[in-house]
Amino acid sequence: MKKANVAINKDLCKKCAICVHFCPKEVFTIDQDGYPLISRLDKCTGCRLCFLRCPDFALEVETELDD
Amino acid sequence: MPSDDYKQYVAMDRLPSIWCPGCGNGVALKALALAFAELEMPPDKTLLANGIGCSGRVGDYVRCHRFHGTHGRTLAFVTGIKLVRPEIKAVCLLGDGDCSAIGMSHFVHSARRNVDIVTIVINNYNYGMTGGQFSPLSPYNVITSTSRSGKAEPDIDICKLADLAGANYVFRTTIYHVVEMKNYIKEALGKKGFSLVEIVSPCPTYYARYNKIGNIIKQLEWLKDKFIPIEEYNQMKDAEKENFFWRGRLTNRDLPDLYQHTRRSRG
Ligand SMILES: Cc1ncc(C[n+]2csc(CCOP(=O)(O)OP(=O)(O)O)c2C)c(N)n1
Ligand code: SF4
Ligand code: SF4
Ligand code: SF4
Repeated sequence: MKKANVAINKDLCKKCAICVHFCPKEVFTIDQDGYPLISRLDKCTGCRLCFLRCPDFALEVETELDD
Repeated sequence: MPSDDYKQYVAMDRLPSIWCPGCGNGVALKALALAFAELEMPPDKTLLANGIGCSGRVGDYVRCHRFHGTHGRTLAFVTGIKLVRPEIKAVCLLGDGDCSAIGMSHFVHSARRNVDIVTIVINNYNYGMTGGQFSPLSPYNVITSTSRSGKAEPDIDICKLADLAGANYVFRTTIYHVVEMKNYIKEALGKKGFSLVEIVSPCPTYYARYNKIGNIIKQLEWLKDKFIPIEEYNQMKDAEKENFFWRGRLTNRDLPDLYQHTRRSRG
């Protein structure tokens, strides 16, 4: 079951790839334009490290999901 | 539960920021906003005062009282604010250049007076805004735009200096260590008197490029590997210590702050 939702706002993202490289579960890949792509959401534990490390307020993690 | 509460302290409509991709300033801003939100600090009783520099632009993106001091002098202005409005919780966010070069005397005396201010120093080891010149905190021998063959001057440990001068609370962390950063900013906000939180931060555009540290990922890995807990660091032999920096809490005490001293002297 999905533990969290991750959303990226491309208007704010500066393609630094910090979220991609430091996600402990390798949830992200990089799309052809260099933006992070949420590829393995099922692996996400909702640890929020990507949210905390994003320098540009471009990434949100929602962990309290309604079933 | 990730709440959106932190957003009430962030001027989201002014984003994206002016900072380069990967710059640590935005990470520190978020940690600060999260700490404000967790402590439910009223924006009308909260001040973020900035120095001048890339880090000084943090103030452009907050929603609480905000104030730009002249370069190096922010702590002096905020000392005045705290004496007339002691109920305001004041955070001064300064660059390493702002705080340790032109502002060094204000920094030492603010710590000595134990003014009730949380000072956050974003230490990116150089003057970002003006093109990557070295600051007194840039480590010995590093390459900057004013030390092309290695910085010839020794650096100073701003944490030890604040401790010696009389600060009540001193903590050093890095932009990599995001959870501890937020928690210790919170702890500092709960203290009376002078607190210093030094955050070692990447400047991908100048410092990291000149010193060939690699991309922002390598820079964060460098912070992760090089900054070890103070307890571990203290156990090391001197030769070993040269390859590392410590992070953690150096000081935590409850000496009277400047306001208490002035009340007492007035009787
Ligand atoms: C009195 C005065 N002297 C010099 C300057 C030019 N100046 C602007 S920012 C800056 C240094 C910024 O470095 P730092 O404080 O480390 O902040 P960063 O940009 O790295 O965040 C200097 C010297 C100025 N604005 N005012
Ligand atoms: S919340 Fe944690 S596990 Fe999920 S994507 Fe972000 S860093 Fe990865
Ligand atoms: S950390 Fe933020 S700015 Fe950087 S790539 Fe990820 S979403 Fe974009
Ligand atoms: S020059 Fe350095 S400190 Fe300034 S915004 Fe760019 S990366 Fe950040």
